[in-house]
Amino acid sequence: MLGLTAKDARLYLIVLVMLIFAPFFLNPFPEGSGLAQFNAGYPDMMQRLVIFGLFAVGFNILFGLTGYLSFGHAAFLGAGSYAGVWMFKLLTMNVIPALIVSTIVAGLFSLLIGFISLRRSGIYFSILTLAFAQMCYSLAYSVLTPITGGETGLQLALDDPRVLGVTQTAEGNIPVPHLFGLPMNASTSLDIGAWSFTFSVGYYFAAVVFALAFYFTIRLFRSPFGLVLRAVKSNQGRLSYTGLNARPYTLAAFVISGMFAGLAGGLMVSMDPLAGAERMLWTASGEVVLMTILGGVGTLIGPILGAGAITYLEAIISTINSTVLHRWFDIFPEWLENLLVNIVYPFVGSGWHLTLGLVFMIVVIFLPGGIVEGGRKIYGLFSRKREEPGSMPPNAAAQPGPGE
Amino acid sequence: MGILEVQGINKRFGGLQALGDVNLDVQEGSCHAIIGPNGAGKSTLLNVLVGKLKPDTGTVKFEDKNVLGLKPHQINQLGISRVFQTPEIFGDLTVMENMLIPCFARRDGSYSLKAFIGIPSEKALNAEAEEMLDEVSMLEKRDMQASSLSRGDKRRLEMAMCLVQQPRLLLLDEPTAGMARADTNNTIELLKEIKEKRNITMAIIEHDMHVVFSLADRITVLAQGTPLVEDVPENIKGHPKVREAYLGEAQV
Ligand SMILES: Nc1ncnc2c1ncn2[C@@H]1O[C@H](COP(=O)(O)OP(=O)(O)OP(=O)(O)O)[C@@H](O)[C@H]1O
Ligand SMILES: [Mg+2]
Repeated sequence: MLGLTAKDARLYLIVLVMLIFAPFFLNPFPEGSGLAQFNAGYPDMMQRLVIFGLFAVGFNILFGLTGYLSFGHAAFLGAGSYAGVWMFKLLTMNVIPALIVSTIVAGLFSLLIGFISLRRSGIYFSILTLAFAQMCYSLAYSVLTPITGGETGLQLALDDPRVLGVTQTAEGNIPVPHLFGLPMNASTSLDIGAWSFTFSVGYYFAAVVFALAFYFTIRLFRSPFGLVLRAVKSNQGRLSYTGLNARPYTLAAFVISGMFAGLAGGLMVSMDPLAGAERMLWTASGEVVLMTILGGVGTLIGPILGAGAITYLEAIISTINSTVLHRWFDIFPEWLENLLVNIVYPFVGSGWHLTLGLVFMIVVIFLPGGIVEGGRKIYGLFSRKREEPGSMPPNAAAQPGPGE
Repeated sequence: MGILEVQGINKRFGGLQALGDVNLDVQEGSCHAIIGPNGAGKSTLLNVLVGKLKPDTGTVKFEDKNVLGLKPHQINQLGISRVFQTPEIFGDLTVMENMLIPCFARRDGSYSLKAFIGIPSEKALNAEAEEMLDEVSMLEKRDMQASSLSRGDKRRLEMAMCLVQQPRLLLLDEPTAGMARADTNNTIELLKEIKEKRNITMAIIEHDMHVVFSLADRITVLAQGTPLVEDVPENIKGHPKVREAYLGEAQV
C-alpha cells in the first residue's frame, strides 16, 4: 500500500487510527469523576501531543539514524514559530503560508548550523549545536528584540498589515488563524452519557500534517538514503572506504530534521499565535532528546510514544497539588494520609521533573531500547508462551529491523 | 608502467620509522603480494594508499592519477577497494544491507539523496548483491545482522562488499587470517577466479605462505618499513635476505 511493505503499512494504519480516534480514547473517564483529571482528550493537549510527536519524529531522523546527537533542535522550532507569527502579521492568518515559511526558514537555518557543526562528530558536534542554540536564544531574547519581541515574545497586534487578510475583525478583534476560513479554534462536542468528547479543527489539522510527515519518514527510513544514514551510525570509516561521502548525507538528515522542527513550531503558532524565546532554550532541546530516547531511538514509532508519554505526564502530573493528593489518600488514617502526601508531594506539581528524571533513569538502565523495547519484550513473552519452545528464530529478538 | 606506482614513501610515528623509502610497482592484472614480519609496516602502507594516513614524503599514482591528498571516498571512487586486517563492516545492518551500500556507491557516486525510492524496487542492484553473496556462499545468511557473524564470515562479507564494487585494484590485508583451512582454500579459489575472470589487479598482504604462493605473481618483502627484495615467487622462496628478515627477528 502506498509503496510501503505490509508491515509498515500496518504500522501506518495503526497510527492513522490512533490519530483519528484520539478524542475518544484519550478521554476514557467520565466528566466530573475523580479520574477526569487524567483525561487528555481536550484540544490543547491533543495538539501538543501531535506537535511534539512531529518534533521528535524529525529529531529521530538525525539522531536515530545517523547517531549525531544534536542539543540545539529547539532553535529550529523557535525559528519556525517566529517565522509563522510573522506570516500571520504580514501576510494572512491562513496557516498554510505560515507553515510553508516556518519550514523553509528552519531549513535554511539548520543548513547553516548543520554545515558548521557537522565538521565535528561525537560530543564536539553536540556541544557545537548546543552553543549555537544558546546563541539563538540570546539573540531572540535581547539583541533581535525588534524581530522577536524579546522578553514579551512575538504577538499579533491590531495594527498588523496582513496584506492578504484583514487587520481587524468586524468586532475590532485580532483575527484567529484559519485554514481557508475554517478557524483553528473551532470545535464541536459530542456528549454520550457522562462522557464528553471534543473534536477541534486545530487538532485534526495538526493530525493531517503529522500523518503526511510520518508517511514521508517511513519512506525515508526504507530508502537507500535511510540505509546510508544508518551506515553512518554503524561504521563511518567503512562508509568512506566504500566510496561514500558521509557529509552530504548527514547534512541532509540535519536539514530534514530541522525542517520538521520548524514545521512543529509553525503548527504551535497556528494553534496559539504567540512565539517566545524560551522555546529555543536548551531545556527544550533536551526534552526532545529525552522523548526520543524514552520512546526508542532509531525506531519509527518510538519517538511518537516518547513524545506522547512525556507531554502527557507533564500536563497531568504538574496539575496534581496537595488538595488532590489529600483527596486520594483520605481513605487512610490521618497520620498515614499525611505521610503519603508528604512522600508523593515532591514528585508532583512543579516537581514533575523529578518524576520525569526517575522514569528516564529507570528506562535507560532497564530498557535501553525505550518503550519500544519494552513492548517488544512483552510481546515476545506472550508469543513464546503460545509457540513451541525453541521454535522462535534464534535471532528474532536480537536483530530488530529499524523502526518496527 | 604499473597501474599503481608508489615512490619514495616515508612515514614516521614519533621516533619509529614505519615506512622508509618504499617504492612499489603493481602491474595491471597481476597479484602482488607484500610479506614481512609483524610490525614491518605492511598495513601502514595500505593506510597510505587508501587515504587513511598521510605520508611524510613520497608520491602515489593510480592509473597515472595522483592519489595522495584525496579523501578516502574519492580514492575508492577511482577504483581502489580495501579489505581490512580486522573486518570493517556495518555491524548494525543485515548482511544484505551491507552488500547494497557498495552497490549504491558504485552506481550513484559518492552521494545521492534519493529518499523516496524503496530499496526493494532497486531490482538490478538487489540481484547483483545476491549473486555476489552466493559467490562467497553466504546467501543463506542474507538477513542476519552482520555483527553476529563469525569472524571468518565477516571477512568473506567484507570481501564480497569490495568485489561487488568491481574495483580496478583490490587491496587485501590478511584476508584469510582467522579462517579455517577449508575456508582459506575457498578464498584462494575465489580470488584466483576473480583475477582471471574479472581482471582485477590485487595487492595482498598475507602471513600464510600457502596463500601467497598460490596467488602471487610478484612478491615484495618488507622489513622494518623498507622493501628488502622484490621478485617472482620462485626466487623469493630460498632468498637469504628473506630468511634473515624472518629469522633474524626470532633470534633477537
Ligand atoms: N597510527 C599509528 N600510530 C603510531 N604507530 C603506529 C600507527 N600505525 C602503526 N604504527 C606502528 O607502525 C609499525 C608498523 O605497523 P603495521 O601495522 O603497518 O605493521 P604490519 O606490517 O601490518 O604488521 P602485522 O603483520 O602485525 O599486521 C608498528 O610498529 C606499529 O606499532
Ligand atoms: Mg598489519
